[in-house]
Formats: sequence, structure tokens, C-alpha cells
Amino acid sequence: MRRSNWISLLIVVAVIAVWEFACGWFSIPDFILPAPTEVIKTTIVKASLLLPHAGVTALEIIMGIVLSLLVAVPIATVMFAFPSMERALSPFLVASQAVPVFALAPLLVIWLGYGLASKVLMAAIIIFFPITVSLLEGYKNCDREYAVFFGLMGAGFWKKLRLLYWPWALPYFFSGLKVGVTVATIGAVIGEWVGAQRGLGYLMIQANARLQVSLVFAAILWLSVMGLAMWVFVGFLEKKVIYWK
Amino acid sequence: MLSVSGLTKNFEDLSVMKGFDLTVPRGGFTTLIGPSGCGKSTLFDILTGVFPRDGGRISWLGEDVSDLMGSAAYMQQKDLLLPWLSLIDNALLPAKIAGIDEDNSREKASALFGRLGLHDFEKYIPLKVSGGMRQRCALVRTLMFEHELVLLDEPLSSLDAITRRSLQSLLLLLQSEFNKTILMITHDIEEALLLSDELLVMTPMPMRIRERFVLEMPKAGRSSNPELLKIKEHVLEELEGDLNATI
Repeated sequence: MRRSNWISLLIVVAVIAVWEFACGWFSIPDFILPAPTEVIKTTIVKASLLLPHAGVTALEIIMGIVLSLLVAVPIATVMFAFPSMERALSPFLVASQAVPVFALAPLLVIWLGYGLASKVLMAAIIIFFPITVSLLEGYKNCDREYAVFFGLMGAGFWKKLRLLYWPWALPYFFSGLKVGVTVATIGAVIGEWVGAQRGLGYLMIQANARLQVSLVFAAILWLSVMGLAMWVFVGFLEKKVIYWK
Repeated sequence: MLSVSGLTKNFEDLSVMKGFDLTVPRGGFTTLIGPSGCGKSTLFDILTGVFPRDGGRISWLGEDVSDLMGSAAYMQQKDLLLPWLSLIDNALLPAKIAGIDEDNSREKASALFGRLGLHDFEKYIPLKVSGGMRQRCALVRTLMFEHELVLLDEPLSSLDAITRRSLQSLLLLLQSEFNKTILMITHDIEEALLLSDELLVMTPMPMRIRERFVLEMPKAGRSSNPELLKIKEHVLEELEGDLNATI
């Protein structure tokens, strides 16, 4: 294991140890702050309850990622291909992020209902921005000398895009995707808070109302693990795809 | 024949070229040498269409053209190999972009790799090979262009002296075996004298041809030719004079 990994592990262990110790030392009741051992116990004991909800949230996040990719990649490409489109679309892009997702969530639930669609769209709205901006930046960052050289070979824009700009932008795209997948949980959970019948966000609201704080923490633990797993998976994919780095 | 006449280029108040004329005979190897910042690279940028010109004409094989984009091969100091492609796929790029039959092109590129000592490295990505190998691959790619005209912009200047010397003889292949018409920029007077049929010494900006040397002697054994040594000394003196004038 690398030194950086040891440091990460050490930080996690230290935080958990302090938390566990503090809960015992100050006799903090479980409905205020459950100890880590209690959270882990709840995670195991309530696994049959947590798993289906986690599955729903994971599905929302994955569908959100797919949807955001389907929108972000063409939009970034069009913005790069036509600078006038970049100038025209940039204000909307920024505005889409300036409006807090908390404000959008109730509207989306009204428009799209309590099912998957509103949560998928919430997640997509959050992920869409870092992917679009990173990919556009990656396209623009292509070394001008390469672009001129491709011109000398007789390549038009779309050939340049396929053979030069897209591979060139891939590291940027993956950076954006990594940011996107880690924040994707926010969109899905907020959507579930506002109106849902399933999902970890829904479970958290229900558990919170019943002062089952250890269950809230267990749901948070699941969300963290899901976010981390997606981040690791995208990192793995990045290494496979960008083999020349 | 490549012909440039009355070429003019200004960058705001700076006059880089004012009525610049140049002729490169078909099948010839012409080299431009001059003080740093005299406008040689700007000339290539105009020829390749990177910058528009303010005036003048460019013609290739008797036809006026706006620039040489799509009709000249180009090799420069940076190898410009795509890091995600293997060496052989990099060499095949011109053929791929031109939509030329891939099997034939692969066979041709593979044969050139063999000749240039890259046979065992076809599948390697650029990161895994030396600078000399990358530049040899760039040379193969230059040969894979189906264009008769080749522009060389200090193609070997990033290499160490030994690698450079071995690649200079390979550059001659462009002319001797592939009948290319070559226009090269270099800062290395020895390289210019070893490779060229014609050496043009440039003035500082606004750039014009200060002196022209036609080198008719055979290219083998040029390094010890006393006449060339005299030209070398003379050109170096002139370039040093330009340098001292700017300091």
C-alpha cells in the first residue's frame, strides 16, 4: 500500500476513534449522535431495509450520469465547434448552476412526479455542468501546432474532432466526470427528500422523523460508499482509457 | 516549383517581410538560414496558412494558391506524434485522413520503419521510445504524405548531436529516393551545408535574401569539403555580425 493510502487510512481510523471515544466519554444518546460501532451495527442489522433503498438511489444516480453524458458531450462539442454557440449558451450554463438545486427540486417533483424521473433529472443537472465545462476546456486546450498539422494533412473539423480533439480532451473529461459522480448523490438525495417513496434520501427523512439517527448515519454511510465506489470505478476506467499518461 | 513573390507581412507596426521573393526548384533542397527572429518561422506560418499574408503571391507547380495547407508535408522540431497512437498508427495518419487504402499504406509504412530501424517498435506508443525514434517516426509520417512538397522547420534541432547526424542522412532520403521538393529552416549551418542544393542566408527583419549559395558538389563527403568550410565561416561571420548588431 502506498504512503498516501496509509495516511488516508490513518485519518479515517483517527476520526472514528475520536468519535467513538467522545460518544462514550460524554454519554451522548444514540438519538443525538450514535457511536460508529452503533452505526455499523445498524448498517448490518438493517441491511435488508437499506439495500433496496440504496439500489433505488444508485439507479437514479447511474441514470443521471448517463443522461448528463448524453447532454453534456454534444453540448460541449457544439460549443467548441461553433464559438457563437459557446457565447450564446454560456450564460444558460452558468445560470443552471447559479439556481440552487434545492429550489428546483420541488418544481421537478411537481412536473415529473414522485418516481425516478425527477431524481434522475436532479442528479443530471448537477453532473452536467462539470462534465460540459471540463470537456470544453479539454477541447480548447489542444495544442495549436497539432491542429495546424492536422490541417496540413487535409483534415476537416470533424476528422480533427474524432482523431485529435476528443482524445486530447479525454483527461479533462474524466476529471469532470470524477467531480460529477461524487456530487451526483446530492441531486438524487435532495430529490428524494422533497418527494419520493423509495431511496436513501426518503429513508433518511423517515428515520430522522422517528429519531432513528443511527439509521440516518447508516444511510449516509451507504451514500458515501456509493460515491466512493463510483469515483474509484471512474478512476479505473480513466486509467484504462487514457493508457498513454 | 514553389514560388513566393512580393510576400508582405506586418504585425501591427512591425514589418516582418516586405516584398519577399523565393523560388524552390522542383526536386530541389533549399535551406533558409538567418538570425533568430528574422521571420523564417513566420514565412512557414504564412505558407501553411496559420497567418494570413498582407500581400504577395504563393504558387506551387505554376498555380497560384492561398496557402499550402493540404498540399505540403510538414515536419518540425516537435515530433507532433499523438501520444495515444502507436508509432505505426502515427505514421499512418496522413493516409488515414486522406482516406487512402489502409492495407497498402500499412505495408509502405512498415517497410519504411524497417529501413529507419524502427521495425521492432511499431506497436510502441511515443512515450515509450527515445526522442530520436520519435523523430524517425515523424520522418516516416512525412514520407507517408502523398505530397511532393516538404516543409522542414528545424526538424532535428531538439536532438543530441549524434542522433542528429544519423538522422541528417535519413532526411536526404526525402530527396534522393522520394523525389520530394524540400524547403528547410535551420539554425545549424553545418546541417544546411550537408543537405542542401541551395543555401539562402536571410537578413534580420524585414526579412529578405542576403546571399544565395548554390551547392553543386555531391552530398557524400561534404563535411570535409574546403569550399563549404569557407562558406560556413563566411555565413557564421555574417550571422554573428547580425547578433552583435542587436546586442
